[in-house]
Amino acid sequence: MAVNDNAMFKILEKKMLNPTICKMVVEAPRIAKSALPGQFLIVRADEPGERIPLTISDYDRAAGTVTIVIQPIGASTRSMVDAFQAGDSFADVAGPLGNPSEFVRMSPEELKAQRVVFIAGGLGTAPVYPQAKWLHEHGVSVDVIIGARTKDLLIYEDEFKSVCDNLYMCTDDGSYGFKGVGTARLEALVAEGKTYTQAVAIGPMIMMKFSVLTCKKLGIPIWVSMNTLMVDGTGMCGACRLSVGGVTKFACVDGPEFDGYLVDFDEAMRRSAQYKAEEGLANGK
Amino acid sequence: MANRIPRVPVREQDPKVRAHNFEEVCFGYNEEEARLEASRCLHCKNPRCVSACPVAIKIPDFIERIVAGDFAGAAAKIAEDSSLPAVCGRVCPQETQCEGSCVLGVKFEPVAIGKLERFVADWTFAQTSATGCPSSTVSLRETPPSQVAGPLPLSMPRVAAVSEGQPVGGSSPKRKVAIIGSGPAGLACAYDLAKMGYDVTIFEALHKAGGVLEYGIPEFRLPKDKILKREIQDVIAAGVKIETDVIIGRTVTIDSLMDQEGFEAVFVGTGAGLPKFMGIPGENLNGVFSANEFLTRNNLMKAFRDDYRTPIHAGKKVCVVGGGNVAMDAARTALRLGADTTIVYRRTEVELPARKEEVHHAKEEGIDFQMLTNPVEIMGDERGWVRALKCVRMELGEPDESGRRSPVVIPGSEFEIPTETVIMALGTSPNPLISRTTPGLEVTRRGGLVADECGATTRPGVFAGGDAVTGAATVILAMGAGRKAAAAIDAYLKSK
Repeated sequence: MAVNDNAMFKILEKKMLNPTICKMVVEAPRIAKSALPGQFLIVRADEPGERIPLTISDYDRAAGTVTIVIQPIGASTRSMVDAFQAGDSFADVAGPLGNPSEFVRMSPEELKAQRVVFIAGGLGTAPVYPQAKWLHEHGVSVDVIIGARTKDLLIYEDEFKSVCDNLYMCTDDGSYGFKGVGTARLEALVAEGKTYTQAVAIGPMIMMKFSVLTCKKLGIPIWVSMNTLMVDGTGMCGACRLSVGGVTKFACVDGPEFDGYLVDFDEAMRRSAQYKAEEGLANGK
Repeated sequence: MANRIPRVPVREQDPKVRAHNFEEVCFGYNEEEARLEASRCLHCKNPRCVSACPVAIKIPDFIERIVAGDFAGAAAKIAEDSSLPAVCGRVCPQETQCEGSCVLGVKFEPVAIGKLERFVADWTFAQTSATGCPSSTVSLRETPPSQVAGPLPLSMPRVAAVSEGQPVGGSSPKRKVAIIGSGPAGLACAYDLAKMGYDVTIFEALHKAGGVLEYGIPEFRLPKDKILKREIQDVIAAGVKIETDVIIGRTVTIDSLMDQEGFEAVFVGTGAGLPKFMGIPGENLNGVFSANEFLTRNNLMKAFRDDYRTPIHAGKKVCVVGGGNVAMDAARTALRLGADTTIVYRRTEVELPARKEEVHHAKEEGIDFQMLTNPVEIMGDERGWVRALKCVRMELGEPDESGRRSPVVIPGSEFEIPTETVIMALGTSPNPLISRTTPGLEVTRRGGLVADECGATTRPGVFAGGDAVTGAATVILAMGAGRKAAAAIDAYLKSK
């Protein structure tokens, strides 16, 4: 709207992390000041664009910037990656939305007792970074398992090296690191004698579903970050509703992180595909 | 009664045509029609219409000016009490307020006060569009050209108010007030405070200002660029700043606004944005939407336009559950997106809480009304999509606490309405984000902020009004609350 145009949200840095995933550092001083691990943003690139929820991958309070990582899946994310370069600005960046990760709310004693393992998949690798970094800075033991289909699709390896105790890279095809999925790596680690008090899975819903099944088997509690459909991101529309322990919750205000044991993933995956037909049309627009 | 001129009918788009477009339904009066309709006013000594108006617009006075052809004078008269006449003329429930109290309405049809208000506002817009500056005879004397800097003023009477709002001498810095939410309550409060000379900033969570006027009310009832945007520009012209994309409680808190950013008072006008669902089986099936989601996609995100990317799903058959204005808006939007649409409501047509005009328009456009009908389950297909709405028939029993006869289920009356989409328009409740993140702010059992008549909350310096306090109500009641709070904030700051 032409009313009192806000300072635009300038893209200071753009980098392709692999052939499809793009990282952007965006100027958003108010958000950078209040962001915490686990929270997300809503980005609307331009006037015709959708409001897209994107997890915060990093923030720099002093520089007044937030980092987002984008993978084109629909018309709007495609346009964000293809049409926006460093120096351009997004029309809107709103946040930080959702609740910070449980860890942030723990007392120092509770934190000290934690031995955390993250299972990161695909785009979900990026939002694991601020959580691992935060825990590492608070002296918590952190292991990170990053999985991708093949070597070219792995992201954030260098960034993670300095924020965790152990980093385990996995590829489905064995082109790099452990051959197999992240959950298989976790099972192998536990078999080797590793123990964890808490797992956190962030990635595609199907991957989080299987992470929960594995953790149930291993007896490890697990949190998952639910990347549902959203419009406003503030509790207004209810597009993000999901069943947690048989109760309807809104991912935007009640989450985005939930106890993985309680999430109805099949319903969540079905609901995520709700606009597939219409999105096909938008892609053709 | 001397007045025998029948109420002047208003020109509208043909229902068959408008059922396929998002253009405004009502064309409004032209000058001749407005003057004729205005001449019907009896100018009662004690005008009941004024006391029935939540912002107490001096109705007979502005109508008198219309009769005389002094439309700018009429606009100035309305502007004394309302910052959003083009909006209110379109969306107020006049039949229960001003027009509902019109003496003419006892024996004949009441004066079309809403349509006259709208005429005055639209006339003012037309003057500024045509010439780039107001051609009216009023107000120029009040506004030296030097003060009309920057964007061209869109409404003279209201721009004139800017000069009144400047602090005398101009040396002392203006005191800062934060308004949370740019809906009707926030806009009205901000407008009044700016006129009093305060430095006012509105914080809006969404990317566009207007609140429910932007995301909730559809284009065919309230055109966004033509009307709403201009009315908001008038508030800005009065000196109000609007910062979008700021979610109070997340991006910044009320504490940080007051402690770090120098705001001495805060008005919370965050509305009632949380959608309600029925709690019946099948509500998480694909194809079940809150009216908020459906309307936000269509209005704020402009999903109905091919050049916007946000998708919307209606399908061939839509059932809307509820009987308020939001239900009518959702149903008429679905119809325009090409769906055969049914409204399902558990009471009778008499109890429909929607404006009469909206019900009338919806019927003209071909929407099917299933009254005394209540959903009990949403039936899905094997893919998890809606296939039918299972309902029961109701009959009216004894009156409940609201005075309305409560509906009672007729045993064995279950039946299914085949449908692709179900839209829940059951009302909304206040968003808890602010109350949860602001120490000292108490809420009622229903989630509304606790506030006194003037809007003072349980936290000194923090005021609230509109749906955030009362739960979902009307645009004009929210504006009235915003105005009262503005006066209370002024008194509070002067005594501080």
